[in-house]
Amino acid sequence: MPDLALAAPYFGWDVVRDLQELLHYPFMQHAFEAGTIVALSAGVIGYFVVLRGLSFAAHALSHIGFAGATGAVLLGGAPIVGLLAFTMSAGAVMGALGRRLRGRDVTIGLVMAWSLGLGLLFTYLYHGSAQRAIGILFGQIFGITSQDVAVTFVAGCATVLLVVAVYRPLLFTTLDEEVAEAKGVPVRGLSIAFMVILAVAVSEAVQVVGVLLIFALIVAPAAIAERFTTRPSRGVLLSAILAVLFTWAGLTAAYYIPYPVGFFIIAFAFGAYLLARLASYGIGKRPSGR
Amino acid sequence: MTPRQAGSPVIVAERLAAAYGSRLIWQDASFTVDPGEFVAVLGPNGSGKSTLLRLLLGLLAPAAGSLQVLGKRPHQGNADIGYVPQRRSIDRDLPVRGRDFVHLGIDGSRWGVAMGNAATNDQRVDEAIAAVEAAAYADRPIGRLSGGEQQRLLLAQALAGRPRMLLLDEPLASLDLRNQIVIAELVAELARANHLTVLLIAHDINPLLPIVDRVLYVAHGGVAIGKPAEVITTEQLSRLYDAPIEVLHDSHGHMFVVGLEAESAHHDA
Repeated sequence: MPDLALAAPYFGWDVVRDLQELLHYPFMQHAFEAGTIVALSAGVIGYFVVLRGLSFAAHALSHIGFAGATGAVLLGGAPIVGLLAFTMSAGAVMGALGRRLRGRDVTIGLVMAWSLGLGLLFTYLYHGSAQRAIGILFGQIFGITSQDVAVTFVAGCATVLLVVAVYRPLLFTTLDEEVAEAKGVPVRGLSIAFMVILAVAVSEAVQVVGVLLIFALIVAPAAIAERFTTRPSRGVLLSAILAVLFTWAGLTAAYYIPYPVGFFIIAFAFGAYLLARLASYGIGKRPSGR
Repeated sequence: MTPRQAGSPVIVAERLAAAYGSRLIWQDASFTVDPGEFVAVLGPNGSGKSTLLRLLLGLLAPAAGSLQVLGKRPHQGNADIGYVPQRRSIDRDLPVRGRDFVHLGIDGSRWGVAMGNAATNDQRVDEAIAAVEAAAYADRPIGRLSGGEQQRLLLAQALAGRPRMLLLDEPLASLDLRNQIVIAELVAELARANHLTVLLIAHDINPLLPIVDRVLYVAHGGVAIGKPAEVITTEQLSRLYDAPIEVLHDSHGHMFVVGLEAESAHHDA
């Protein structure tokens, strides 16, 4: 359909034609490919983030990554390299702290603010356009190259596979750390490994929703999933599915309406969260035997 | 189930000492526990009762002396030991069923996701839940259950691993008196049926008097073991604490230890 490219964006009830339209341009294909794998990995890891009470730590990780990303730009490198270096180091430290990380909101918040401040300084010192910084803060999924897609694919698959590989002991330490330790689970090692995996997932997700909207992919899907199931395996799956759906819906909406993708993804995620809260309020109680 | 091996003790401690770094908790503890015995571990807060369990679990190395558990040196990941740690309250909103907690007792320490023998494991979970009579609420979120219901499910988790020994850290704490008796009797029943050796940490010996074989008293840097009537006496406890302690008896045979308040406050500080 060569004429599609010339026409105004088509949208109708013909799903096949809608999809052809959406995936016609390489930039949209890349956005969907990278967005899907990023969402899958964020959804899977997000379930454990919420269960372990690490939402704020995940949020802070992305802000720490901002300093790394802008620092890398200042030094003439790729933002993703600085992003990964900073989030993974910070993740390792947080993981080593383990349970002691909980209730450290003030410390985490201050490190987060310091990182944003550093990022601000690096952006100021880099006399290029502020567009780079905006892209890191709010995501730039439509600018993603096929090489970025390949890197994202490898990193996304690696994070999901690693979570699958440690699934049972990770769940055990999350729910019952003392018994898990007595049963020979390497609690501290798992805590560090989890935070480093999370750091990679956060760094990937920054490409889609940016540093500031990381909650949209890491926390929102998992928080909704936990309202609908009391089975961990289903919770992980539902969280991953929701993250992918929000991403697809956001990309689709942003194709037709010229507003930022990040806005649409968090709009869908937030709307779904509100609906989920209303629904479970309507049912009466929180999850029973489902 | 393994038959009782009369004569070969499952715990052998010789001149055992426990310490965290340079801080000595207790020392010179020599005792044995026989298979199938039900031992209540008593003593003031901070005297090192949980520390004893940590030694048995291999989470803490002895500072001195030797310790054998089920014929081996204590080591982490001992599948023959079922452990229920002292419980802080479980988050009410934790979106996980009691059944999932029990399941972790079987394969929680294995890598990867469950594959293959899912049906067998589900059956073992069902059996463990049935054994503690928790089937009615095992599918509800665990944080929404009462303390007694949670305690049953955590006990089921320990049982699901088919242990030979149970180490229970204050399972009766935060239960009302009636539930204390019910849970204590349940543990005793399960121990008899499965030939389990039980070490149970408690604050109050009275709900346990009908079921315990012996009492292990941890206090004032030392350990004493014996039948309740032998250990919980004015003379024994006064010697153990090195302070004037009095044991009173009521008309039902209940025992009350008087004079400990100052001692336990001292240890907590």
